[in-house]
Amino acid sequence: MSVPVQEIARHTISVVVDNEAGVLARVIGLFSGRGYNIDSLTVASVSEDAKTSRITVVTSGTPMVIEQIKAQLDRLVPVHVVADLTLEGPSVERELALVKVAGVGEHRVEALRLADAFRAHVVDSTNSSFVFELTGKSTKIDAFLNLMRELGLVEVARTGIVALARGKTGLES
Amino acid sequence: MTTAEPISGADIVLRSLVDLGVDVVFGYPGGAVLPLYDAIFQQNHIRHILVRHEQAALHAAEGYARSTGKPGVALVTSGPGATNAVTGLTDALLDSIPVVCLTGQVATHLIGNDAFQEADTVGITRPCTKHNYLVKDVANLAYVMHEAFYVATSGRPGPVVIDLPKDIQVAKAPYIRPSKAQHRSYRPQIKGDLASIKEAVDLLAKAKKPIIYIGGGIINSGPAASQLLRELVRLTGYPITSTLMGLGAFPSHDPHFLGMLGMHGTYEANLAMHGCDVMLCLGARFDDRVTGRVDAFSPHSKKIHVDIDRSSINKNVHVDIGIVGDAGHVIEDMIKIWKSKICKPDEKALKTWWKQIDEWRGRKCLAYAKRDDIIMPQYAIERLYALTKNKNPYITTEVGQHQMWAAQFFGFDKPNHWMTSGGLGTMGYGLPAAIGAQIAHPEALVIDIAGEASILMNIQELSTAVQHRLPVKVFILNNEYMGMVRQWQDLTYGGRYAESYTAALPDFVRLAEAFGASGLRVSNPADLDATIQEMMKIDGPVLVDCRVAKLENCFPMMPSGAAHNEMILSAEDAGLSPISDEGKALV
Repeated sequence: MSVPVQEIARHTISVVVDNEAGVLARVIGLFSGRGYNIDSLTVASVSEDAKTSRITVVTSGTPMVIEQIKAQLDRLVPVHVVADLTLEGPSVERELALVKVAGVGEHRVEALRLADAFRAHVVDSTNSSFVFELTGKSTKIDAFLNLMRELGLVEVARTGIVALARGKTGLES
Repeated sequence: MTTAEPISGADIVLRSLVDLGVDVVFGYPGGAVLPLYDAIFQQNHIRHILVRHEQAALHAAEGYARSTGKPGVALVTSGPGATNAVTGLTDALLDSIPVVCLTGQVATHLIGNDAFQEADTVGITRPCTKHNYLVKDVANLAYVMHEAFYVATSGRPGPVVIDLPKDIQVAKAPYIRPSKAQHRSYRPQIKGDLASIKEAVDLLAKAKKPIIYIGGGIINSGPAASQLLRELVRLTGYPITSTLMGLGAFPSHDPHFLGMLGMHGTYEANLAMHGCDVMLCLGARFDDRVTGRVDAFSPHSKKIHVDIDRSSINKNVHVDIGIVGDAGHVIEDMIKIWKSKICKPDEKALKTWWKQIDEWRGRKCLAYAKRDDIIMPQYAIERLYALTKNKNPYITTEVGQHQMWAAQFFGFDKPNHWMTSGGLGTMGYGLPAAIGAQIAHPEALVIDIAGEASILMNIQELSTAVQHRLPVKVFILNNEYMGMVRQWQDLTYGGRYAESYTAALPDFVRLAEAFGASGLRVSNPADLDATIQEMMKIDGPVLVDCRVAKLENCFPMMPSGAAHNEMILSAEDAGLSPISDEGKALV
């Protein structure tokens, strides 16, 4: 029997969980224990009553592995919903980065000019540095960081990806 | 037993246990569970069985659960009590056994301070339980107790830990029995998708070379599933094979039964798996011990997989029809659809298929050379079966060659009578599991088929058996080697027996006597029957030191990294097919 070669693909998975102690450890432990990749992971409480949190995890694997990941997540007791945003129709993804750039003279002017082109906001400034806030797709943030490296990039903090399906319905509706 | 007046956390635990139908707890006291033990002391509803090591408390709870279908309950202290329980929890996880383990914990204000006998129990047990809880508010305790039992016993069963800080055991709250509301996120799927089941029945009815492959899911589904399975086999006339975990779900003496499949399965079962055109897998999980080399596994078949755990489907082997649901319910639907569609098996094709299977059976793969001067281990199991079967015994095992011989040569005709560590392969499982089974069935014959190496891993439990007057029989196939390790060293490592010989074994007869049990020894085949009868006559725990052929290996065998059609049937075969480096890397 020839086993079909399965291509590795990137998937963005949304998981709604009970907002309780240890729930993130269950999810992360599942990924590390079973050898799955985590490319990005975000979590925050999202419901009005603070009872549920939403985890957005970006992972990669063959279709069989991705199916496993979803099934394994789904059988964790505090997990309410698992949705594969990559498979289930169009979705929007965004990431936020804070980017510190230090420099004077031409470099400083150029950094500010590029930040404007990328629609980054200045959230902190000194005579010789900026902190920019930038939101967008991860590729946009990567591109901005590549430019800043030449202009005095000091450090960066990224949130990881958050994502929602397009259209009017929500995960739990 | 709802109470308006506040009672202690320890009393809430006990009231919950009573309400949940628990009558026995296997445990070991310690500092962090003293309030619970004090509450146990002052009541008569729950019986406590004092074990000698916390690992044994878990295995005993497993033995109780597997022989009754009810959840087993263990109670251990914090720190080392909890870490000792980890092996038993992992064992229950891999074999899907419903167990609830209560662990003591240091007081909530001490958690994180490296207090005496503190361990991060929920952290340590997270990957080896189906779910776990740390109770930080006594007001939630009753709810957590009831939810834990629901989680442990529903869907794919498994172990659940409830970590109970000492101050929570002392703090007071009213006990309010929770209502059986639907769980907010955990909803196991019991009924299978009807469209898929119909599709599966169509495929089954058209099969020319079918095989039914069952596993522990049938046992976990309950006795009704075993009855429905018999009806399915009667309706179709299809051959059936079972995993180690599924033995007993279908009668071993039925002509449709091909024996166990997999690494030490029969020739006919494995070749039928390899050559079939339609495979119906019911409550089994395509474990590596069953499939052998995955890329050569049953290459020409359409596969139907019924499993209550969605993550088992398409995990190891790609299947054509996956049905998430309880095996018993799905079989019931299959039978209904088969009957309503008036399906008929393809008799002509089936006849040819059975002819082929009978040819494979003709190889008599379990044959071995009997001897007059020495007890062959296979012979010992055959005689044990022949002399005890009318008593309908509960059999547990340790792990190794004796376990495989027990699976091959002991006949199981009913579910819940066979308890062995399948997934984790835990040496030391058998004696405490036998204790658990004996507690559940005080009048029954319970036998732990053991090896001399495995039995030493939890030998202290003889003391438990003596204390609680449990007449468990331990039947040791003593070959002085860790036999399965030595067998692999024979096959893969040029016969270099690195550390697999046990020098300085104890005198098992005197060891039994030192514990206050009885010891018997037999080394002559002519005395074997009399020894087994003597063992059954003794009203109390017995350790039988059955000296068997030292270098006998367990065949047939699908070596590591081999496929179903690459089995070795005897020691002579073994030399012909050296194991590949890839195979050597596999467990």
